[in-house]
This record gives sequence, structure tokens and C-alpha cells, in this order.
Amino acid sequence: MSAPILNEKNKDLKELVKREYKEGFVTDIESDTFEPGLDEDVVRRISAKKNEPEFMLEYRLKAFRRWLKMPEPGWAHIDYPKIDFQSIAYFSAPKEMPQLDSLDQVDPKLLETYAKLGIPLEEQKMMNNVAVDAVFDSVSVRTTFRETLSKAGVIFMPISEALQEHPELIKQYLGSVVPTQDNYYAALNAAVFSDGSFVYIPKGVRCPMELSTYFRINEMNTGQFERTLIIAEEGAYVSYLEGCTAPQRDENQLHAAVVELVAHKDAEIKYSTVQNWYPGDENGKGGIYNFVTKRGLCKGDNSKISWTQVETGSAITWKYPSCVLQGDNSVGEFYSVALTHNKQQADTGTKMIHMGKNTSSTIISKGISAGHGHNTYRGLVKILKGADNARNFSQCDSLLMGDQCGAHTFPYIEVQNPTANLEHEATTSKISEDQLFYLKQRGLGEEAAVSMIVNGFCKDVFRELPMEFAVEAQKLLEVSLEGAVG
Amino acid sequence: MLKVTNLHVSIDGKSILNGINLEVKPGEVHAIMGPNGSGKSTLTNVIAGRDGYEVTQGSIEYLGKDLLELAAEERACEGIFLAFQYPVEIPGVSNMAMLKAAMNSMRKYRGQEEIKAGDFLKLIRQKADLVEMKHEFLKRAVNQGFSGGEKKRNEILQMAMLEPKLALLDETDSGLDIDALKTVSHGVNALRSPERSMVLVTHYQRLLDYIVPDYVHVLANGKII
Ligand SMILES: Nc1ncnc2c1ncn2[C@@H]1O[C@H](COP(=O)(O)OP(=O)(O)OP(=O)(O)O)[C@@H](O)[C@H]1O
Ligand SMILES: [Mg+2]
Repeated sequence: MSAPILNEKNKDLKELVKREYKEGFVTDIESDTFEPGLDEDVVRRISAKKNEPEFMLEYRLKAFRRWLKMPEPGWAHIDYPKIDFQSIAYFSAPKEMPQLDSLDQVDPKLLETYAKLGIPLEEQKMMNNVAVDAVFDSVSVRTTFRETLSKAGVIFMPISEALQEHPELIKQYLGSVVPTQDNYYAALNAAVFSDGSFVYIPKGVRCPMELSTYFRINEMNTGQFERTLIIAEEGAYVSYLEGCTAPQRDENQLHAAVVELVAHKDAEIKYSTVQNWYPGDENGKGGIYNFVTKRGLCKGDNSKISWTQVETGSAITWKYPSCVLQGDNSVGEFYSVALTHNKQQADTGTKMIHMGKNTSSTIISKGISAGHGHNTYRGLVKILKGADNARNFSQCDSLLMGDQCGAHTFPYIEVQNPTANLEHEATTSKISEDQLFYLKQRGLGEEAAVSMIVNGFCKDVFRELPMEFAVEAQKLLEVSLEGAVG
Repeated sequence: MLKVTNLHVSIDGKSILNGINLEVKPGEVHAIMGPNGSGKSTLTNVIAGRDGYEVTQGSIEYLGKDLLELAAEERACEGIFLAFQYPVEIPGVSNMAMLKAAMNSMRKYRGQEEIKAGDFLKLIRQKADLVEMKHEFLKRAVNQGFSGGEKKRNEILQMAMLEPKLALLDETDSGLDIDALKTVSHGVNALRSPERSMVLVTHYQRLLDYIVPDYVHVLANGKII
């Protein structure tokens, strides 16, 4: 299959050198967008638009009232002008709601957009073993493979639909991992989230295919507030892929998603992200502000949650996919590649909260900074009192390209149990002249040589990605690093 | 094949090579000996196109082309191979992946198709056997954690894969035990052909017992004497 990040198959080098943002186009579709601004009425209108059950409206309003009282966080190692939350529109949906059963009924322009992004649904439907739930601005447009999945008992649908069809599951799990008051952006998301994906894997089921969602921000000035909820019942397994792009615009756009994962006894969830939101231009104009809360709860014994992320986009990334290791013997993993170029800033990392006995966690973080990019790893490993024999291994490597970029590492550790065993390694390196010459002497051009060295640096993370996604991730790095050396 | 004429090279204004003349014809093997710091590596690096050297006088002609006009990777694609005195480690990049990319880059330059995965695998195994390298080394990251001798062997493996027209071997024999020296020499000798030329840089006569050169030059104070 071709995982939907870039169609770079036969790219021309000249075109590459220009390093344009490939996904920068705007689809001209009539959309139903709220006026900018946020108050209780807007929250009520979002809920009404989606015909939500009463408990959901209550949930949103509670979150909104909390959010009003919360201060905006200012501690991340990033720097940006204050966001005016009243200038953002909180709902945007394509006006003609496409039918869900046939591709013919989907607005051709939408299909075109997906084709440009490299996700031809039709092709994917036929050739790939991947179910795609594409989110166009705020409303999920189409879910493929639903039949195969439903035979296996797997539920994979937009969360707005799940609210209609499985309200009891949503009521039980929504906010159970990331409570509304968790942080500023999580509270905002809880109040105004428009859509996202819902996945439920029943007991003992191994999801028969990789599940993939594809986010894209289109409408001008709309914040995108995705909400994703994944539940794996006892002994279940699922691998979930998330890819993101956004069109190129001068203004900054806000993206504040919340992702919650729940793994019951013996269950495993693998969550992979390739994020390619518009990073802004070389002077830092435009780009996405990506403030995301992702957290997984290893609720049952022997459960496992892995986060793998490749972050090359966004003007600002603020993201700490975390694991709460509640069940005994549960395992949390975090594999991350974050690249910052030009004026991009990334503050990312993870939290591993060890609660159960014999819990273990692994953190592999690879930061690449080029141009004036700033890359911060911020991680917390917390071993609680009851977590006997907890283990953590952390490795944080930084690669610098040029001398105007920066890498920062803040590993925080809190240990309340003396049996804990923690290892931490950190390195900072530069691509050396020797390495470059060695590869050139073997016939590789500068670009190819750099990308080979960078890919080698990221290998420990890439090998955690599903194969095709790994290929796309490599290409993405190649493109993102255009002009980074020389 | 290669004609170096009155070559003067300096680094940061400091003169290192002072009028080198060297002509290598197809099929010939030339040995260059000389004390430490005499400029042997400088000469091979300049021929291979490494940055940081200033050619103040003279010329290098290769297969009728002005070599100094070509970038390092173009020279490689034109068939110049340098076995490094100090091979570089590239973490996370497997020997195989690097060689495959190298090979395909050269094939592309020459207007050939990419090598088929199966053919590549067969070839690399065969060449690994030639230099008596265990196949597990093919999957390891380029030179990472290799012993000194293993690194040198790996250079010869790469040479065998890339089949250069002109091979520059910079102290490939240094640090090899006698068995390794024999296998490496065997590997090099297997690649000798009427079309392929070689320049061997060495400090030791014993290499020349195994790889018998057509000419021996001595480099001292930046000049061949
Ligand atoms: N990058 C550099 N900057 C400054 N001086 C250099 C540099 N590279 C080489 N030199 C100098 O040039 C001279 C020749 O060095 P070169 O490495 O060519 O010698 P060599 O003959 O290969 O020595 P060896 O037998 O020890 O390998 C030495 O004096 C060395 O210090
Ligand atoms: Mg030398």
C-alpha cells in the first residue's frame, strides 16, 4: 500500500530544492462554518449540530466552564504570540454531507483533495489492507472497510457517529484517561471538539487490518479539535495510524487534539503518527500550532501501549504522548523522531507513569534540528510507591545541522519506590564532513548522503513504524530537510 | 587512465604537495610509499575530490577528463574508488543498504537500471565470500563497532561490489594480521584486470610481496622522488 503522506515517488530534484510545502492547496468547497468566537452558546450549537445526547452537552459545558478558569500554559520551551481564542471559528463542516455508502456520492472535489494528498480511497479500498477514516476539517467524511471490520466485531467510526450508535461506550470511556480539567488545551478540546475517530476492539480480537485516519485542516481560521478514543478489550490488539497535513496559509492555525487509549488485560495498542502539518515559511510566517494531549492507560495486567511518532511539520509542536502503567507487568513505549527546520519549534516528549508492579517503559527520542529550528525533549518518568521492580530505559539523541539551531533535553525523574531500575542515555551529534565525504565517495550526492545519515540516526524509531509508513516517513524527512545543509 | 601533472596542493595556505607527477595506465598497479605526513593521503583525497584542499597549480586528467572539474560523487560514478585509511562509521545505516544505494546511484549516473534486489543479494554474498567476511557483517551498520581489520576488509568488499576503474587504496594493509593481509591481498588481486588500475599507499614492503606492483614511488616532502 502507499501510506498517505506524500506522493514523492518520482520527484524531480529541482522541484525538491525549492522545498515547497507539498500539501499546500486549498479545496474550494462550500462549507458550513460558524462565525469566529467562543462562548457557551457556541458550545451548545456544536452539540446541537451533531444532535448529541444530553450527557455530551453537559460534558462539554462542564469542560468549557473549567477552561474559562484555567490559565494558558507557559512553561514549554517554545515561544509564540498569544492566541486570540475569539478569532477562531469552532465549527466547519462541508455543507453537502456526503453519503457514507458509495464513493460516487462523495463530492468529487473532496476525492480530488485526497488524491492530491496521496490517499486515493478507491485505490486503497481495493488494494490495501487499511481502513481509512478521513477527517476533512471537522466532519468525518468516509469510512472504508467498515464491513470487514464489523464482521470481526471491530467498531471504527467517526466519534460523532459513535455518539449516536454507541453512546454507552462513549459515556463510559470519554475523559477517563484525559479528564477535562487535565490541561488548558484538553479542556478546550472537550468543550468544542468536532469529530475524530472511535475504535473499539472486542475481547480476544486481533484487528484484521491497520486502522488509519487522515487529518487535514482546510477552512481558514478554523481550529481543529479532534477527539480520538481507542478501546482494546481483554486480549485485543490494534495498530492505528494517524497522518496529518494542512494547506499552506499565512495565518497560524490552531490544532488541539485529544487522544485517549485504553488497553485492558493482555491487550495491546500500537499508535503511530506521521505529522506533516504546514510548518510556516522560512521566516516563521504561518504554520500550525499543534497542541496535543495524547495519553494511553494500560489498565489491565500485561497490557501494552506503544506510541511511535514522526513529527516534521507544524510551526509549534507541543506534544507528550504518555502512558499510565496501571496494570501489573504492563509495558509503555515511546519512539519519536522530531525534526525542526527554519523557524520551527518543537517541545515534545513523553510521560511514563508507573503504578503497577513489574511495569516497564522504553523511551527512544531522536531530535533533529536544522536552520533556526529548536527542538526540546521533555520527559517524565514517574515511579509510584506501589510500582515494585519498575524499569525504564530512556535514550535521547539530538542531531544538529548547522550552528544556528538548538537542541534541549529535560529528562525529569520521580522515584517513590527503591526497587526501581532506571537507565538514561543522551547524545548530541553533528553530521560530520567525514561521513559526508565517505558517502559521496561511494557515489551518493549531497542530498542522498545527508538523508542516509539522518535516516540511520532515526532507525530505532522507523523500525517501529508499519513498513509502508516507515518508507513515507523517510521520504518526508528527505523533503523536510531540503536545503538544510550546504 | 590517470595523469597527475605538476600538482601543487595546500591546506589553509600551508603547502602540502609540491609538484606531483604520476601517470597510471590501464591495468597498472602503482605503489606509493613514504614517511608519515609526507602527503600520501592528501594525494589520494585530492584525486577522490575531498573538500578543503586548494589546488594551487597543476592538473589531474582522468580518462581524458579534467578531474578537478568534477564533484566527489561524480568522480566516484566515473569509476574512482578510495579505500579509506580511516573508514568512517555511519550509525543506523546497514552495510547492505549503503552499498545498494551507492550501486544504484552509480548505475543511474551511467544510465543503467537499478539492480534487482535478488541479483544484489547474490552479488554481495559472493563478494563477501571473496574477502572472507561473515554475512552477518552485511546487515550491521557501516563500520560501526568493526575492528580495525574488519573495517579494512569492508573497504575491499565495497571495492569488489562497485568495480571501479581506478582504485586508490590508502594503507589498506595497516593494522592487518598476516591472515587478514593474505585475504585482503587475495581480494585485491582477484580484482586486478587489464582495464582496472590501482594505486596502493603503504608503509610496508610486505604488502608488495602479496600484491606485486608495476611501479613503486616514494613520496617525501610533497614530491615523488
Ligand atoms: N586538514 C588538515 N589541516 C592541516 N593540515 C593537514 C590537514 N590534512 C593533512 N594535513 C597535513 O598535511 C600533511 C600530509 O598529511 P597526509 O595525511 O597526506 O600524510 P600521509 O602521507 O598520508 O601520512 P600517514 O603515513 O601518517 O598516513 C601532514 O603534515 C598533515 O598534518
Ligand atoms: Mg595517510
